[in-house]
Amino acid sequence: MASVALSEAEKVYIVHGVQEDLRVDGRGCEDYRCIEVETDVVSNTSGSARVKLGHTDILVGVKAEMGTPKLEKPNEGYLEFFVDCSANATPEFEGRGGDDLGTEIANTLYRIFNNKSSVDLKTLCISPREHCWVLYVDVLLLECGGNLFDAISIAVKAALFNTSIPRVRVLEDEEGSKDIELSDDPYDCIRLSVENVPCIVTLCKIGYRHVVDATLQEEACSLASLLVSVTSKGVVTCMRKVGKGSLDPESIFEMMETDEAVACQWYDKQLPNLDGWLNASSKNEEGREKDGGICL
Amino acid sequence: MAGLELLSDQGYRVDGRRAGELRKIQARMGVFAQADGSAYIEQGNTKALAVVYGPHEIRGSRARALPDRALVNCQYSSATFSTGERKRRPHGDRKSCEMGLQLRQTFEAAILTQLHPRSQIDIYVQVLQADGGTYAACVNAATLAVLDAGIPMRDFVCACSAGFVDGTALADLSHVEEAAGGPQLALALLPASGQIALLEMDARLHEDHLERVLEAAAQAARDVHTLLDRVVRQHVREASILLGD
Repeated sequence: MASVALSEAEKVYIVHGVQEDLRVDGRGCEDYRCIEVETDVVSNTSGSARVKLGHTDILVGVKAEMGTPKLEKPNEGYLEFFVDCSANATPEFEGRGGDDLGTEIANTLYRIFNNKSSVDLKTLCISPREHCWVLYVDVLLLECGGNLFDAISIAVKAALFNTSIPRVRVLEDEEGSKDIELSDDPYDCIRLSVENVPCIVTLCKIGYRHVVDATLQEEACSLASLLVSVTSKGVVTCMRKVGKGSLDPESIFEMMETDEAVACQWYDKQLPNLDGWLNASSKNEEGREKDGGICL
Repeated sequence: MAGLELLSDQGYRVDGRRAGELRKIQARMGVFAQADGSAYIEQGNTKALAVVYGPHEIRGSRARALPDRALVNCQYSSATFSTGERKRRPHGDRKSCEMGLQLRQTFEAAILTQLHPRSQIDIYVQVLQADGGTYAACVNAATLAVLDAGIPMRDFVCACSAGFVDGTALADLSHVEEAAGGPQLALALLPASGQIALLEMDARLHEDHLERVLEAAAQAARDVHTLLDRVVRQHVREASILLGD
């Protein structure tokens, strides 16, 4: 992660504040910062989204390309993730400096989506064992202000929702050779269902308490964090402990309970707004209203 | 491209512009709070973001420090989803390294590096969507970002591309026009003095036509300067209103 220079006095201030359920910016331990989500920001992708969570800025682009299905799953397409930590976020990411963090985030994304329920991969199949859609999900980290995983998972979910894959038909002629035909109507496309795409909730342990949505300064004070990816139905798809400190097994269960409570609160309050807003914005697209590029 | 006329008989280009007309430019400064200076520019469908860190102490080996001036370090990166075909690596390939070197050359000519000896100025440019004229968009965005960071410069650096089709010089090429394979000229200009910071041309062009193409690019760069100047003044006006002056 991008490093921030904190003095001992500042660390003590943050830790003591968190014990009293009072963070530096006035939030409680279980409050998120204000999130802004925007879709369809890059026009030559199949789907894109931009998320701003405090000072964290993520841009995700999804490109659909035709490929061959994997041998062990001949009836399904697949997703490929790539995370680029750009030097915009911090000069430490220049050249290959951001590769470590990028690989870590990409591997986490692979693990989250590595189950049958997150995305219905069968819709991505064109003809079994021969052709399928491969979705390349590219995450671009523009600014790093703490809590990367949460913001990236929201951005990936929004981008997958925004993805429209053209409908193709496979025509077989007399000799048996197959031809792929693209539909004439540019708006005739497949949309993915993202109901079961999970979102990540990260809990950082600071002192004896844990906080949700930590800023860079708070992450510098915490020794260990727990990352849980939860779907709207409360199904946990992945869990990871990150950080150089160690966690007590008791505190892990405590954190998991908070995680689920926060995630349920999320899905009850904020994500219905997200899903509802995404549904509303798709109706806008059907009405052919363009929402334009990135508002910065 | 067979059957695609880059310049019609009435003098209109593929996207309906005239020969010397620029695409629509929108720009904003100060888009990221954590960087020293940042800017975002849209030239038609080309979107570029520039971020500046510095002047700060030299990172890495102290031996690279220059005793009498600042070191300018540029990185050009273009997102994997920025082009029609997905790019495998955002930076590190030959073209990105070359663009980085060109940007560095351009800005070393403009920034007053003598004022900050033994320090380093980092300019990072990110292309979010590429539709032709990426070098020009990057230079324009970087100029605004350097100004936002408060680093003193000799003058604005304004860039534009130009081409030559059917005896007419075209300004500000889009991707379709670049892909058609005609001559392309990239020019970075310091408008007040008319000095050229960078000039690059690909493909064959007869020397009789060079002056016309160069003049078209220079005029387009001066038009870009007018727009960027307006953006900077607007930004300063907004900032001073917030300060209550």
